[in-house]
Amino acid sequence: MIEIDIYKKLHGSSGDMELRVKLDIRDHEFVALTGHSGSGKSTLLRIIAGLEKAEGSLRVDGIPWLDTHVNLPTQKREIGFVFQEYALFPNMSVEDNLLFVVKDRELATKLLDMTELNDLKDRMPNSLSGGQKQRVALCRAMMSRPKLLLLDEPLSALDPRMRNKLQVEILTLHREFGTTTIMVSHDPSEIYKLSNHAIELHHGEVVRYGNSREILMHSQGSQKFSFEGEILEIKKADVIYVAIISIGQQIVEVVITKEEADRFVVGDIVTVGTKAFAPTINRR
Amino acid sequence: MLEKLNNIEFTPFLLSFKLALLTTVILFVTTMPLAWYLSQTRSRLKPLWEAITAMPIVLPPSVLGFYILIALSHNSPIGIFFKENFDIELLFSFAGLVVASCLYSLPFMVQPLQSGFESIDKSMLEASYIAGKGQIETILRVALPNIKPAVMTATIVTFAHTVGEFGVVLMVGGSIPNETKVASVAIYDMVEVMDYSTAHIYSAIMLIMSFVILLSVYIFNHKESRKMGGYHK
Repeated sequence: MIEIDIYKKLHGSSGDMELRVKLDIRDHEFVALTGHSGSGKSTLLRIIAGLEKAEGSLRVDGIPWLDTHVNLPTQKREIGFVFQEYALFPNMSVEDNLLFVVKDRELATKLLDMTELNDLKDRMPNSLSGGQKQRVALCRAMMSRPKLLLLDEPLSALDPRMRNKLQVEILTLHREFGTTTIMVSHDPSEIYKLSNHAIELHHGEVVRYGNSREILMHSQGSQKFSFEGEILEIKKADVIYVAIISIGQQIVEVVITKEEADRFVVGDIVTVGTKAFAPTINRR
Repeated sequence: MLEKLNNIEFTPFLLSFKLALLTTVILFVTTMPLAWYLSQTRSRLKPLWEAITAMPIVLPPSVLGFYILIALSHNSPIGIFFKENFDIELLFSFAGLVVASCLYSLPFMVQPLQSGFESIDKSMLEASYIAGKGQIETILRVALPNIKPAVMTATIVTFAHTVGEFGVVLMVGGSIPNETKVASVAIYDMVEVMDYSTAHIYSAIMLIMSFVILLSVYIFNHKESRKMGGYHK
């Protein structure tokens, strides 16, 4: 059981902000940490890892990692951490990167076998592809048989095919080693596939925490489907108003009323939804 | 000319190299923690430490030499301490030259090491801490092996700079044969007594050596930057 109750003042690019998080995570759970960039996700992960200071308390299996008297150094916290940009040691071979953590050749071989990296064990990290590097980093994080596995957007630099492969491997390792895993992710399908719980942070506060499927499916009102987007422009075309909204990688035009045109401004984050029509999906 | 070459005295060169080697080793070991601290700290005092460290670059060697002269004299606390505890006279002695050289060449060791440490991806160091390793092990096994060009630059430039020093050496050490008369001082002496042919030979040796040293640093760094990657064994 991980009991988090922390507070930290952040000076971010979008002004000052308070990170205030209080929640409990049960053992062996896979928790997704989501929210807009700058909402404090990475900072929360780094506080748990002991890489950043914070006030409050943090207890893992009843042992205080952080409170008014204790601030357990990173070295003593039983964690594995995977960074977005791999952070491998370029001066060591793949195998030596793993053995740097613990001199356990058997475990290293097992991990490299599980991730199909055994043929590459003598290679230097800089000669590997992004996906291979991140698998090495994942193996390295498991070498200490951590209680807690922290993943900071580990797959965001990878292409979709490699993402899928690594998602399966992350889940396999999570189950095999019985870790409690917290993973920062923006990708709804990733959160759906991997996690049983999800935490959404907004401006340093937990706005939602619960079953990931419920959180992902969550939509306002009784809309059958809805998307979140940002208003890029509102323009008047003859007698109607049109809002240009960016949704994911797409730009869409939505007809809005005059009242809505007055109410919304450019830059608003809105949900675009419909309930009247059954949407169709077609394979491209 | 051939006769001149045969009779040439090489002790000043040996002294120069002994001095440079000692200075480099001492500075490498003692300033490593300082360079590491400066690269990692977010303290408001950092600019102050950096300014103090860089002073020897901008100070005229005579100014530095003068203060060292005052600080090491047998009336000063440092001078008295060394005399009483180790029976070492610091002025006009080789030991004094080593102390002076360490101060004079300090920034040439600290600055490349500091910028080398600063260039390391922070998460790589954090990965080492997460792997349970302390700062010292992280410096030795992760930081230093990944900044070989910076280490090379720091040590070689410190070495070469010490060989090339003149003003401070002259003020603190004088020109005592076999003790403090290093190559650069020897050349000055030769010119003063108008022995230009020996001065020529000494100068040519210094010129060629400096060039070879610098060339090897640049070749090493060029190779190193291309090497990372490929097979390990």
